[in-house]
Amino acid sequence: MGTFILKRLLSAIPTLLIASLLVFSFIHLIPGDPASVMLGDMADTAEIEALRVQMGLDRPIWEQYLTWLGKALQGDLGESIYFQEPVTRVIAEGAETSILLALFTMVLIVLIGIPAGILSAAFHGGKTDQVVSGTAMLFASIPTFWLGLYLIFTVAVGFGWLPTSGFPSVLESGDLSNLKYLILPAITLSAPNSALVVRLVRAGMLDTMRDDYVRTARAKGLLEHKVILRHVFRNALIGVVATLGFTFVGLVSEAVVTETVFALPGIGRLVVQSILRRDYPVIQGIILVVVVFYILVNLIVDIVTTHLDPRVKMA
Amino acid sequence: MFLSPFRARKVAALGLVILVVMLFCALFAPLIVPHDPNAMQASARLRPPDAEFWFGTDHAGRDLFSRVVYGARMALITGVGVVVIALVFGVLLGTLSAYFPNLGIVLMRLVDVLMGIPALLLALAFVVVLGKGLFNSMIAVGAIYITTTARITYGLSRKIASETYIEAITSLGAGHPRILWHHVMPNLVSPLIVQATFIFAFAQLSAASLDFLGLGLPPDVPSWGNMVAETRRYITRAPWLLMFPGGAIILTVFALNLVGDVMRDRLDPRFKDDLARW
Repeated sequence: MGTFILKRLLSAIPTLLIASLLVFSFIHLIPGDPASVMLGDMADTAEIEALRVQMGLDRPIWEQYLTWLGKALQGDLGESIYFQEPVTRVIAEGAETSILLALFTMVLIVLIGIPAGILSAAFHGGKTDQVVSGTAMLFASIPTFWLGLYLIFTVAVGFGWLPTSGFPSVLESGDLSNLKYLILPAITLSAPNSALVVRLVRAGMLDTMRDDYVRTARAKGLLEHKVILRHVFRNALIGVVATLGFTFVGLVSEAVVTETVFALPGIGRLVVQSILRRDYPVIQGIILVVVVFYILVNLIVDIVTTHLDPRVKMA
Repeated sequence: MFLSPFRARKVAALGLVILVVMLFCALFAPLIVPHDPNAMQASARLRPPDAEFWFGTDHAGRDLFSRVVYGARMALITGVGVVVIALVFGVLLGTLSAYFPNLGIVLMRLVDVLMGIPALLLALAFVVVLGKGLFNSMIAVGAIYITTTARITYGLSRKIASETYIEAITSLGAGHPRILWHHVMPNLVSPLIVQATFIFAFAQLSAASLDFLGLGLPPDVPSWGNMVAETRRYITRAPWLLMFPGGAIILTVFALNLVGDVMRDRLDPRFKDDLARW
């Protein structure tokens, strides 16, 4: 197991390098000189030149990449043009909201998606399955921003007991009741993702159900719910773990919309605002963090599934 | 997938009817609408639905029904654009990678990394580089699905490339282009049609999200996403502004999903729930 983990860690290095190259070239793909684009039309030549030197744009491109990579490895992602602060600090400020929202959402996804998926697979082809699968498909067809606005609308009109925008920090105030600000956003964010999980759990279980040992389990007279939960679900769990890992990363994307709808001070809204402010170092920093995060999650999923399933070869 | 053939046909028929209505709206919008979708009428601001304004009016006094009908046109244009971009580049990448394994290793690594960037974030990165606008948002959304299409094509083509009939035709002296075009491509058509349906569906959601964030089409263009974005401050007073454009998106995407699901069962029994990136 130890060597497997080591091998797997080493194999992530080329992926990380390709990713870093992509993210690095991002700023250079923007048409025009990055320095003058960032400073806008009002800047004079001296200012632009100063920023160019500050960003190292006057040096050869490969040197720029190596310097950037070296700094990134030490946790230095450059300066935000807008905040005049290190990018890492700007990102860190949004992290509390984003992480809490993601965790809250994952809890909902697990609580809704997995049981619904099991139910759907257990009664596949029947009425229950049609209702569950149909509902999942409907929720996958609803744009997140629309669902968010719809919830704000119903709450604002019908019953005013849930806050519909903003999120005062829990860490700073120590007030756990602030979490109620995340209820509507988490519901919004979990809807399309639960739908996806329902579908994948269902598909994974139906796949497993065709296996011989399931027929054996039935043939020896086990009760159907035992067959489903102990034999089918436990084996389908491997796929579910992988699904949940990727769903977690995918949340970052939809959170961009959700955080904007509910005016949450998280990383997602930071992306949109940074685009509107042309604060490219921040955008670049966020993309890098997300990609590295994805590669790590991928790694963890791989190791966990290997651990769960002795059949997966540790090659 | 979850339906008996008879029910499946009924459900697919429902989906098809919705899509035909949407297509009709998109093609004949100028003939259908009772008002100019962009004509502002100060005296008719935020009017609830009635006989004159079927879906009510927005904050600028524009007829919402006319705007929603024109929205179908934007949805069709965006959907077709995204599907074309995703299929052309995705299939090219996928087949070439499968056919030339050395190239494939590099390209597929790249695709894997790109797939690691969450969908909307990737689209936003493209918007940052390219700027806003109809064509750019098509490319941005298309980029999301180039990677998934490339992956699926790659998987299928590799399987096809190892078939004995490809070996046979190679030993008969057929060239690479001929093999790719006449012997690999035809086997990809069915799964790709299914894939295209889902891309069309999810492109609607992604493009509407870009519009909603103010990073897609110019704000005055009557797309469904823009309509919701523009009027979001008025929804408590005028809920129809949220319901009709939103309903149009949901109905369209849902119909596409219904049809896509049934088509997948019909056209391609091998192709299971592969579309991991909803």
